[in-house]
Amino acid sequence: MNSSLVVFLKEVRENIRDRRTVINTLLVGPLMAPLIFVLLINTLVTRELSKAEKPLSLPVAGAQYAPNLIAALKQSNVEIKEAPADPEAAVRNQDADVVLRIGADFAKAWDKGEPAQVEMIYDASQQDARGPTERLKKLIEAYAQRTGALRLLARGLSPSILKPVAIAERDQSTPQSRAGLMFAMLPYFFILGGFIGGMALAIDTTAGERERQSLEPLLANPVPRWKILGGKLMATTAFAITTVLLSILAFAVVGQFMPTAKIGMTLTLGARFVAATLFVMLPLAALLAALQTLVAAFAKSYREAQTYLSLLMFVPIIPTLLLSVMPIKTQLWMYAVPLMGQQVTIIRLMRGDAVPDSALAISFVCTAIAAFIACAITARIYRSERLAISA
Amino acid sequence: MIEVKNLHKAFGKGAKRVAAVDGVSFLARDGEITGLLGPNGAGKTTTLRCLYTLMQPDSGQVLVDGIDAAVDPVAVRRRLGVLPDARGLYKRLTARENIDYFARLHGIESQTMHQRREALADALEMRDILDRRTEGFSQGQRVKTAIARALVHDPKNVILDEPTNGLDVMSTRAMRAFLKSMKAEGRCVLFSSHIMQEVAALCDRIVVIARGRVVADESPDALRAQTGEANLEDAFVKLIGTDEGLAA
Repeated sequence: MNSSLVVFLKEVRENIRDRRTVINTLLVGPLMAPLIFVLLINTLVTRELSKAEKPLSLPVAGAQYAPNLIAALKQSNVEIKEAPADPEAAVRNQDADVVLRIGADFAKAWDKGEPAQVEMIYDASQQDARGPTERLKKLIEAYAQRTGALRLLARGLSPSILKPVAIAERDQSTPQSRAGLMFAMLPYFFILGGFIGGMALAIDTTAGERERQSLEPLLANPVPRWKILGGKLMATTAFAITTVLLSILAFAVVGQFMPTAKIGMTLTLGARFVAATLFVMLPLAALLAALQTLVAAFAKSYREAQTYLSLLMFVPIIPTLLLSVMPIKTQLWMYAVPLMGQQVTIIRLMRGDAVPDSALAISFVCTAIAAFIACAITARIYRSERLAISA
Repeated sequence: MIEVKNLHKAFGKGAKRVAAVDGVSFLARDGEITGLLGPNGAGKTTTLRCLYTLMQPDSGQVLVDGIDAAVDPVAVRRRLGVLPDARGLYKRLTARENIDYFARLHGIESQTMHQRREALADALEMRDILDRRTEGFSQGQRVKTAIARALVHDPKNVILDEPTNGLDVMSTRAMRAFLKSMKAEGRCVLFSSHIMQEVAALCDRIVVIARGRVVADESPDALRAQTGEANLEDAFVKLIGTDEGLAA
């Protein structure tokens, strides 16, 4: 039997017996991320929906000065409430999202036909207040426009002279693409899955083996070191890929239960999504396994390796952040960059956009080359004398 | 047969450079037990690591059955059975699986592997622990397993780094008997130790190392004669020039 295969089988057997590794690979890694994701999206969607439908509760100071405005607001599903004594403080303390203040001279300005002022007191840095604030602003503006139009009509003018340009909006987003924006983080969760799946083995087969003092006897066997390393990398990759596969399948299943339809979105998570995602993730799992092994080989102890690898975990988030902050047009070269290629592929697949087979092939080949280089570098490190010495 | 010629190995760089092995030469013959005796830090482990090609000497030559370790390290390792200073087992595997793993890495056929493993299990009296996971093994059980896996390929030459370290009296006696039986089988047995009685009781030849150099290479009797001390321990202390770091 090939000695790499001997090492591979032994590492797999040994690690399958380790309950912690198995739980990480088969449960936590693949399931946690999609589950958190679904929970997050669920709460987000339900909150948005309930906010849009609920009556807007609005504290108003000086409501008696503008009875018409108040009546119009009430008709638009706004609940008028007594204003707090100090509206500014109430907003700052987040007791109220937005407070409306109507001055005593409102009626005087109104009667003269001058702009009558109302004050909206809000905190733009409060994510939660943004919805109600926008809603109130729109309501007041609509009221102002209606009144303006009526005044023009009373003077015998057409209200349309105030609208020299009319905008007709034609949104080209499809339900899939709107979902895609929300799911920009998803590829990172898959990559993270592969990372968690391979982590235990990457550490166990290098720093762990050295710490348990079993590396030196192992290297005394008549097998070239690169073959031993090959078996270890194969085992780490196998665990990482298992995690990725489970995580994609889990997401494909759980994704069906997300309330995306309620906000007019659909996700495409069919067989093609699963197959293409797995295809581009395969070489990435190998690349991550090689990088993890490389980093763990440098570590002096199990603990040190864990620390290094936890830091390494943040590297794959970089293209994710870049792509979500700067939504640049997908270009062919992006498929060639490991991590970014997977990111682009997964997002496009989910949005229902076409990903040509050639792009999938480019992504696969380029990431595979990167994985091969990482393996070669790791093999070089493995030749070093210091690597084997436990003490 | 293991031949070491003028071995040099230093660690560190520049001013901090320390010569761990500084011109060691000796010959370990087949059918003999050769003891590498020296205080802690004398360079025994580094010398042995160069022998089983874990380290590359800065200069000098290692020949195992006439094969140069620098030229064909894999062939050299094939001819060696090694019990290193580090002897960790895989604790989630049974003793049998630990042994079989190394046998397969040597490329031994299943049937041969089975015969060798069973023979070693009898010789080392470890049949009762063969199918237990090695987690929680006593020190003696661990050493037995480590020896069995080191010898499963039936090597002509056996290198053991402080084989009795951490063993109790009974296990130590068993170990000594085992080393003698290997000698009787015509193997070349080379082991390191810092324990005088052990070396005196077992060895056909004693190589005394101190500060990276060979200070004596004789039979036990010749050693006594050379130093003029009737007691081997006194002879040893006289040879290394200090009694620092000397245990037992």
